[in-house]
Amino acid sequence: MISFWQNSTTPMKIRGAIFLLFVIFLYGPLITIGFLAFQGPEGGLTFPMKGFSLYWFKQVILPDYLFDFRLPWLRSFILGIIVMIITIIISFMAGLAYRRGFKGSNLVFYGVIGSLIAPPFLISLGIGLGFANLELLSSWYSGGLGAHLTWSLPFGVLIMLAIFARFDPSIEEAATDLGATSWQRLRFVIFPIVLPGLIAIGLFGFTLSYDEFARTSLVAGDANTLPVDMVSATANAARPDLYAVGTLTTIFSLLIIVLAFGVVYILERKRGIFSAATGSSTDENENYTKSMH
Amino acid sequence: MSIQTQNQESETSKISEIFKKYSAYFQASPLVIVLFIFAVVPVAIILMYSVFIFDGFVTRPGFTFTSYIDFFSEWSSLLNLWHTARIFIITWVITLVLGFIISYFLVFDLISFRVKVFFFLLTVVPFWTSGVVRMTSWIPFLGSKGILNSFLINIGIVDEPVQFFLFSEFAVIVSYIHMFTLFMVAPLFNVMARINPNLIEAAKDQGASGFQILRFIIIPMSKPGIIIGTIFIVALVATDFTAIRILSGAQSGSLANSVSVAFFNGFYPIAAAQSVILLALLLLFVGGLMRVVDIRKQM
Repeated sequence: MISFWQNSTTPMKIRGAIFLLFVIFLYGPLITIGFLAFQGPEGGLTFPMKGFSLYWFKQVILPDYLFDFRLPWLRSFILGIIVMIITIIISFMAGLAYRRGFKGSNLVFYGVIGSLIAPPFLISLGIGLGFANLELLSSWYSGGLGAHLTWSLPFGVLIMLAIFARFDPSIEEAATDLGATSWQRLRFVIFPIVLPGLIAIGLFGFTLSYDEFARTSLVAGDANTLPVDMVSATANAARPDLYAVGTLTTIFSLLIIVLAFGVVYILERKRGIFSAATGSSTDENENYTKSMH
Repeated sequence: MSIQTQNQESETSKISEIFKKYSAYFQASPLVIVLFIFAVVPVAIILMYSVFIFDGFVTRPGFTFTSYIDFFSEWSSLLNLWHTARIFIITWVITLVLGFIISYFLVFDLISFRVKVFFFLLTVVPFWTSGVVRMTSWIPFLGSKGILNSFLINIGIVDEPVQFFLFSEFAVIVSYIHMFTLFMVAPLFNVMARINPNLIEAAKDQGASGFQILRFIIIPMSKPGIIIGTIFIVALVATDFTAIRILSGAQSGSLANSVSVAFFNGFYPIAAAQSVILLALLLLFVGGLMRVVDIRKQM
């Protein structure tokens, strides 16, 4: 334990206590609804627990009421995967473009920042009205997909820029000196180095889309995604199946996070062996881990 | 013969040169195309709708500033603007103080890099889970029969449940702090981690007090992080209507909420004009902040 902290002083203890309280504040409510999801059939939205059962989980998986969360979940999942793939590809390409530099790169950068801070309903409303004017029906996989990309791409591009800002150009120069073609350089030098970053972008791409509500709400059409249905459930039904679906989707997200970090960990370990063999420093690994955030 | 091959060679190198010259444009084009279709065009459509004529039932193409004039001449909409500003200021102050203390703790109080990253990730993980779930998770906490009220009654601070916890501005701000503090922590963590520890050691050796180190080294060097965090907080708070919908029970008016209400009632020009006003205010504010700090250098 001692090696974790600086010499502990009173201000440090106070800061540590604030951090601990913040973590409790962060996770407390989520754990609470995790408990409330096990309410008995008669149970309500708050404590006390009226029995302890899997009734509401069963209601989510095999519903006999109005809200069926299964199809919305499937839509959110598929959309998340599509957004993830597109975000990784476009961000990677944009990162390469920024490395080389191009005219108007500043303007595009401001466009990316603008897309990040633009009011979600403005994007959603604009896309919705655009579709209406073209006499098309917007749905989760058309207007919804576009709206999600305006949210996931800024994160992807910014992460990519952060990664390339820490990228040592001498590695690439060495590859060129050894006679690598530009394709070989991309495939065998740049790509493996940025791969953990691309997985981080994938994690952002998937989760930002999977959990997105505001941008989807006006363009999803009749077939809603999971977050949209959950919001309407909070307004219409005061039943614990909301907590059950919330708990399930949180567990699902946690699994995705663990998966992403597991893959990054394995890649880093492989690289660790490689860099130990070539005698490069672990400093580099730290930089990549840092650049992921 | 040899001249011909040379020509051929220079030809292919020319092509590859052209390809090299424009490959950056090719690589940037998917990003530009997607942002153009799904961000620039929608904003243009909103701008167009904001000047359309609206007679209370139907929207007709035309050119009028009525929707804008109405906005600035109605107390209710100005009040919404004020509510948004007030919620932002409260959220900003709390997330800034909290974010600063947490980042300080992570960067300067912890030693091991792995432990720093692990604790930092602990604050990030909820960001990758559903925001809607995190908002709804406040309902059993803050409700009149909720945990907070039961606790307060049990220890005897209050006799009856406090009503204003849930479905109020209070609930909305609690949820914002819950969801958005991370956006202050991450940039502050990033800039603080870059402060050279030798600088602080040197200041200590020269007899600087803890407060002086904070005041003259850490706070000035954290400024870019504070600004980036502020940009995130203002953009997230000013544009949110989800938490307002779930947690304020329409008790708390905000500009973003009024846009969504206008949209669902079919008052498109009004919704559009209000969105444009919000976007303009946001861009002014963020543009001002971005003059103070070069975000690209912070990457």
